[in-house]
Amino acid sequence: MEITLLIRILSSVLADSSPLVIASMGETISERAGVINLSLDGSIMLSAMSGFAAAYLTGNVVWGFLAATMVGALIALLIAFASITLHQDQVAVGFVLTLLGAELANFLGGPFVRRPGPRVPHMPIPLLRDIPVVGEIFFRHDILVYASVVLIVVVWFWIFKTQAGLRLRGVGERPEAAFARGVNVNRLRYLYTVTGGALVGIAGAAYSLNVKLGWSEGHTLGNGWIALAIVIFGGWHPLRVAFGAYLFGALTSLGGILQRRIPGVPTQVFQAAPFALMILVLLFVSGGALERLLSLFPPRIRRVLREALRVAPPSALGRPFVTE
Amino acid sequence: MTYSQRLVNLLLGLAPIALALMLSTLVLIAAGAPPLEAYKHLLQGASESPAKIADVLVVWVPLVLCSVGLLFTFTAGLWNIGVEGQIIFGVIFATWVARDIYLPAILLLPLMILAGMIGGALWGLLAGALKVYGGIHEIFGGLGLNFIAMTTNIWLIAKPWRPELGATMQGTDPFPAAAWLPRLAGLRLSPVSLLLAVTAVVVVFFTLRGTLWGLQLKAIGKNARSAYLLGIATNRHMLLSFALCGALAGLAGVIQVSGVWGRDIPQISGGIGYLALLVTMLSGFRALGVAPVALFFAAIGVGAARLHLRMQLDPSLAGVLEGGLVLSVLLVAGLRTRLLISREG
Amino acid sequence: MTVRRFTPPLVLAREAMKVELRGIKKCFGTVRANDGISLTVEPGTIHGLLGENGAGKTTLMKVLSGFLSPDGGRVLLDGEETLFSSPAQAIEKGIGMLHQDPLDFPPLKVLDNFLFGRDSGFLQKRERARKEVLELSERFGFALDPETYVNTLTVGERQQLEIVRLLSLGVEVLIFDEPTTGISTPQKVTLFATLHRLAKEEGKSVIFVSHKLEEVLELCSEVAVLRRGKVAGEIAMPCTSEELVRLMFGQVITTRAADEVSLGEPVLELRELGVHTYRLDLSPASLLVRAGEVIGLAGLEGSGQRLLLRACAGLIKPSRGSLFLRGEDMSGKSYQKFLEAGGAYLPAGRLEEGLIPGLNLAEHFVLARRGRAPFFINWALARGDAGRKIEEFNIIGNPSTLVEGLSGGNQQRTLLALLPDSLPLLLLEHPTRGLDVESALWVWDRLLERREEGTAVLFTSTDLDEILERSDRILVFSGGKILQVLDASQTDLEQLGYLIGGKRG
Repeated sequence: MEITLLIRILSSVLADSSPLVIASMGETISERAGVINLSLDGSIMLSAMSGFAAAYLTGNVVWGFLAATMVGALIALLIAFASITLHQDQVAVGFVLTLLGAELANFLGGPFVRRPGPRVPHMPIPLLRDIPVVGEIFFRHDILVYASVVLIVVVWFWIFKTQAGLRLRGVGERPEAAFARGVNVNRLRYLYTVTGGALVGIAGAAYSLNVKLGWSEGHTLGNGWIALAIVIFGGWHPLRVAFGAYLFGALTSLGGILQRRIPGVPTQVFQAAPFALMILVLLFVSGGALERLLSLFPPRIRRVLREALRVAPPSALGRPFVTE
Repeated sequence: MTYSQRLVNLLLGLAPIALALMLSTLVLIAAGAPPLEAYKHLLQGASESPAKIADVLVVWVPLVLCSVGLLFTFTAGLWNIGVEGQIIFGVIFATWVARDIYLPAILLLPLMILAGMIGGALWGLLAGALKVYGGIHEIFGGLGLNFIAMTTNIWLIAKPWRPELGATMQGTDPFPAAAWLPRLAGLRLSPVSLLLAVTAVVVVFFTLRGTLWGLQLKAIGKNARSAYLLGIATNRHMLLSFALCGALAGLAGVIQVSGVWGRDIPQISGGIGYLALLVTMLSGFRALGVAPVALFFAAIGVGAARLHLRMQLDPSLAGVLEGGLVLSVLLVAGLRTRLLISREG
Repeated sequence: MTVRRFTPPLVLAREAMKVELRGIKKCFGTVRANDGISLTVEPGTIHGLLGENGAGKTTLMKVLSGFLSPDGGRVLLDGEETLFSSPAQAIEKGIGMLHQDPLDFPPLKVLDNFLFGRDSGFLQKRERARKEVLELSERFGFALDPETYVNTLTVGERQQLEIVRLLSLGVEVLIFDEPTTGISTPQKVTLFATLHRLAKEEGKSVIFVSHKLEEVLELCSEVAVLRRGKVAGEIAMPCTSEELVRLMFGQVITTRAADEVSLGEPVLELRELGVHTYRLDLSPASLLVRAGEVIGLAGLEGSGQRLLLRACAGLIKPSRGSLFLRGEDMSGKSYQKFLEAGGAYLPAGRLEEGLIPGLNLAEHFVLARRGRAPFFINWALARGDAGRKIEEFNIIGNPSTLVEGLSGGNQQRTLLALLPDSLPLLLLEHPTRGLDVESALWVWDRLLERREEGTAVLFTSTDLDEILERSDRILVFSGGKILQVLDASQTDLEQLGYLIGGKRG
């Protein structure tokens, strides 16, 4: 009896975490290139609304995703332009866009509140879906969930196995050296920021057209910030960031179950929990906790672990690159 | 400066306004509303009667308090996003005093103010401690604490402070009369709150300009490492700036709860904290600039309510205008610097 | 001219290249860094470019290697005029530069650095690159491990990586900018052998940029001397050092001889002081420093000197042992207490850690004031105070000048001016880094003045000449340990260079 429950939980965690996974993958590549897209929360909200609106008006999810992707990419383009070309503070621009995105979403989303709309069709994979346990957890979802898992692998492969990925890392760590070796730093930064934004847009639509259907005021509030925190928690490494996203998803699900099983605990505790968790997770990574944990291990293992658990941001993150 | 340089300067100064207006016009068109009519309602909504003007000032007071408070943290180079939560904790502390302590108004009100400022200061200190001792960037700390504060307030209204009758969405029962700030006849505006706001602006202005502490804060904001090596106690100063900003935010909260609403409601902070950040950014981080910018924002905010009434448009249009304005200012400022550089180079 | 491209292992297929610079001009604002410089470098030679700091050497080489575009003049390679619009283009044409601070990627591995930016397709061809790195390393006697992270390498090893990388890209002209700063003698020996090999056996053109006479004399076949942006002269080897000095300075520079100072009471005492950080452990050290003493801390970067200095300042908590400042136990006490007890610390990064960009001189002087300062600032008074200090220290600027607008020399003067009047202990990181000779001399004049007043001075430097010349005693660091405490008068440059190399060499 408990096994089926566990399987169902794991399956839903995989599905419910998919937008967070997509958003944090997008932010990972953007930050690896050196640009923080702080507008994530507003971006996700606006693209969720636009995606839903487009899908609602055309009756087709594909248009919804296209609209959302465009919105995410456009916002990221603005941030890229303001920071790469105009040398403005990424935090300032990102923060304003967060608020602006949310306001725009609320303003334009009025007519679409609480309307039923199309959703991403369920697409279990034949044959694979029938494998006991594994099949039930992994292969009974829709294309978006499958794509989110594939995305993790693609991003990891790109960053660590290709020449282009090496250039990406170099641009974020030491743009002067990358420039000296013939890399067009600013062009790459634009590319990766906008691509990251496009992924964020897809994540937005993944909420309103799949995981949290429909639109309402403040529909996706807070998720963008959590994605940003997850990127930090995951040390800008796609596999660890994905782990962080699933961890969050799992704990949120757990919260939901506990809420039902343990009456008397106010709902607000569960509403606040993700953000308390966000703080705790960041404390662990940024505070001395990680160092103290590492010091428990013998030096040789410590070095290996430190490599695997690197939490240093790309050295040039947030700094505009200026040539002579 | 030559004539053409002056002209360019003027154009660059007006450009952000034009850009922001363009953005909101586009948005209005997208929503299917006639832009000119919307702007007319917006302006009228803020100015058509003494009651409306008083309403603008009612919004202005907490906005100014939070914005000048933010000057402390901004000067220190910090992004105190947690203002919203600091307002709420001011509210919580003040509400507790209002409900559970029985004193005449002349003693109760100052006590509420004190309590609110302490509450806000403590919540601000928490965000600061997370940064200084926990290494968490203050944006994440502040944000997380905002959500926690909001849900705490909602819980308090839903359970221990539940009203006798009526839905909790209306908030707590009204405060006893002694806990209300004195108001002008028939309006929701309290002269006490106006006085507090103006005092805050003056105090902040002089503190940042003319005191050693203000200069030390400025040094920390420009280069914390060098400031530390020069002998400045950077951690202590940063924590103090968080506490002071939180105190002013808490004060704003007290005014909201005691001078405006007379009780605690779930949306008591009303996004004023986030708006204050925009005000401070738009005012160029100058104390004297904060008051007029806040007035402008307050006016649009009040006007937008009328928009909702007359044209069924979501009042968040005000936010679109405000956010658009700050964004445009940032973009134009960047353009200006780049143009300058390319002209010199 | 054939286009450079990543070709299969161990290229070196092109003929040697002659480099000519004709009338190169480059200005930065009002400063004429290069004022019509002409130079010819023959293939198969090591050509020296000598001049003091600020003479224009690095600027010229940056023009040649594509980092800067000249305001005037031409560059000719094998007689053909060429124009570079980027460093990568210069490498394609066969010119590569090794910077003083190597332009590599510290957080990445040696192999990643080697692979970066190559035109080798979509996937990283790690195996092939690994073989190449090992082969080239072996050929020159380097010991590069492709899997180590560059931020764990010494400067000398990072240089070796750059050499290997540039060679594999088919570079014919190699420019070395002050390569001997911060490397040990054994590494220097290897480097010089490599340079000889590159020129004689591989037929490359090597340009050796330095401000150190002896090295240029030892290594180069021809020397061009720069002074204030112009070529002061060109000499073929062999020649005397006097000739070079005359060309470099145009006059004889006398350094002020340090007056004999009788040492006073103990100012600083360390008893088995040890520091533990996750990067480096400093082994327990004991030391007694008296008033008026100058102690030089020598060692390769990352050997522990900086750690000791910071521990003495209370910036890092010691993990064991104790520390006494003027008899007072300061072990584990904060930096604030250190300042109150009469210490001062001057970091190496003038704008990064010492001064505050965005603030002007008057504001700095207000901030640096020790003791009871009034809560409210009287700006008129503050400006007056600042004006007096500016005059006293000969700083070119006025109270409202922003510190980022000052030159390096003036920034250092400001830092010294910010120090309190009576100072028992002064700790300095690289006090004359990047300064021209005149400013450097001025700094030491001030420091010697302090010393006569009884201040104890501890300083780190990568310039072994400076350490030898200025210190009473020298602490030699290697691998986190104080290998030896030497009397400055009883050692020489070569011995020091060997000692700092420690076991790694």
